[in-house]
Amino acid sequence: MSAAPAPEGTTPTGGPTPTGGPTPTGGPSSDPVVSLRDVEVHRGDHLVWSRGSFDIAAGSVVGVIGPNGSGKSTLLRLLLGLLEPSAGRVEVFGEPARRGNRRIGYVPQDDTAAQPESIRCRDLVALGAGGHRVGLGPFGAARREMAERVDAALAETASSAFADRRLSEVSGGQRRRVSLAQALVDDPELLLLDEPLANLDLRHQRETVELIERVAHRPRADGRVTTTLIVTHDINPLLPVLTGAVYLLDGHPHHADIGDVVDEHLLSHLYGTSVAVVRTPQGDLFTRSV
Amino acid sequence: MAGRVLASAASVLADIGYQPEWTTVMGSSFMRHALIAGTLVALVAGPIGYFVVVRRDSFAAHALAHIGFPGATAAVLLGAPVTAGLAVFCTAGGLAIGLLGRRTVDRETATGTILALSTALGILFASMASEGAAAVTDVLFGNLLAVTTSQLWTFSIMAAVVLVVLAVIARPLLFASIAPDVAAAKGVATGALGLVLMVLLALVTTMAVQVVGTLLLFALVVTPAAAALAVTARPAAAAGVSSAVALVSVWGGLVLSAVFNLPPSFPIVAIAFVVWVLATAWSRTGARRSTST
Repeated sequence: MSAAPAPEGTTPTGGPTPTGGPTPTGGPSSDPVVSLRDVEVHRGDHLVWSRGSFDIAAGSVVGVIGPNGSGKSTLLRLLLGLLEPSAGRVEVFGEPARRGNRRIGYVPQDDTAAQPESIRCRDLVALGAGGHRVGLGPFGAARREMAERVDAALAETASSAFADRRLSEVSGGQRRRVSLAQALVDDPELLLLDEPLANLDLRHQRETVELIERVAHRPRADGRVTTTLIVTHDINPLLPVLTGAVYLLDGHPHHADIGDVVDEHLLSHLYGTSVAVVRTPQGDLFTRSV
Repeated sequence: MAGRVLASAASVLADIGYQPEWTTVMGSSFMRHALIAGTLVALVAGPIGYFVVVRRDSFAAHALAHIGFPGATAAVLLGAPVTAGLAVFCTAGGLAIGLLGRRTVDRETATGTILALSTALGILFASMASEGAAAVTDVLFGNLLAVTTSQLWTFSIMAAVVLVVLAVIARPLLFASIAPDVAAAKGVATGALGLVLMVLLALVTTMAVQVVGTLLLFALVVTPAAAALAVTARPAAAAGVSSAVALVSVWGGLVLSAVFNLPPSFPIVAIAFVVWVLATAWSRTGARRSTST
């Protein structure tokens, strides 16, 4: 089931040809949602990674994996236009990445508010819908319409029960769901999640993975599909959901189908420690450090 | 010894005791000016204070008042209007605080350093202004009863500017304050909004210093907002309650100052403090109840 780890310097490109999991694209030969060509990115003088060339097809659920400090979140910041590449081209929906692209929903890792006791869950979600607009409001019918969208997003993330409580009064897992609702309220086509499972216990990890799976395949009124990128340091809990992965190896990002990523040689090389891939009699697949 | 202490205490109490003619004082023109100025300041301090508390910028608010101190004393020294000196120094200080550091740690050290330099400059200017001792006391502790008609006009314009700008930027500013990463990704100019807030805070500080002084400004800008946020987390409601607490403090403080012959700053700050204590206590018990059920 596995290929040899991609030798350094190769940059798998082109649309993925999924071997396992659902075929992601909504229609035939749809354009890639994310496209990088020869991208190089610096933080100050420090080269984070280079030679980034890959495409991500619509409907994919892609894990962004790599050791700490390898530049996983940097990829998300590039796609959001919060960071400029020092070389190469970053395209989202066929256009250069830019700030303020409302087709993108973003759930950062430090989703906790500056002062979580100062805001209710519901208000945080409402900011995702209209927080970028100047002026007071909305009023009247627009206000009711927005309240309905906020309610729908809260319901979608199973957050309705604590919507009127302050962020400081809900658990870390619940706060994570409210942040996801904030991203969903704008009905994004590209969803960027940064470490959605960090600091969650096993039960909440499983619940969150189930929620991510639902959200990644959420029905849309316009018939388009949602594409999801998930930055994670631990690929295991997400394996049932992922169709592919971008892995940051030796300073370069590579994209591959998930079946090719779950490989002992590749993962051991990636994390710099011995990793075993285990398939249980029930067919579950997971990796562990040995 | 004890008798002498008691005697002087009695004479102090006689000085600040009940003033039977306080209704006449309330009807005087200086009290009318004080009520109007205090109302304007309370109205703008509420929503500004809300953002200051939500953004954890209360140290910046405290520092801005002190940065105004050398501006005010320099104005006394040069014979210029105190309001102008305050406005210039507070605005420059606000921009400096906003530009110096985005990270809280950087900003706290930078703000504290600017604060110390400002206070030193203020003392220097005050020592140079030989006959300005009373004016300096007014800057430090406020003198709402000395507000002039021209100051009222200035206050009105400043309050209008603050309220209009704040109404325009309120939503993106809240977004940038609560979820800065997401707001930036959504195209909100988070850095610029932070600077605008600092300039608005400088204008509010310029006004509020003349009500409660640089040393007590915190009580009018931060304390009412903290009390409001203890009671409600709805943004518009919290900003409104914050204004209401500031209004009650100013009005109540002015009445008490007339009734008991007190400098208004003390009862204004004391009322804000009592409201804050009650609101905080109420929210604590409320939170305990909701978690235990």
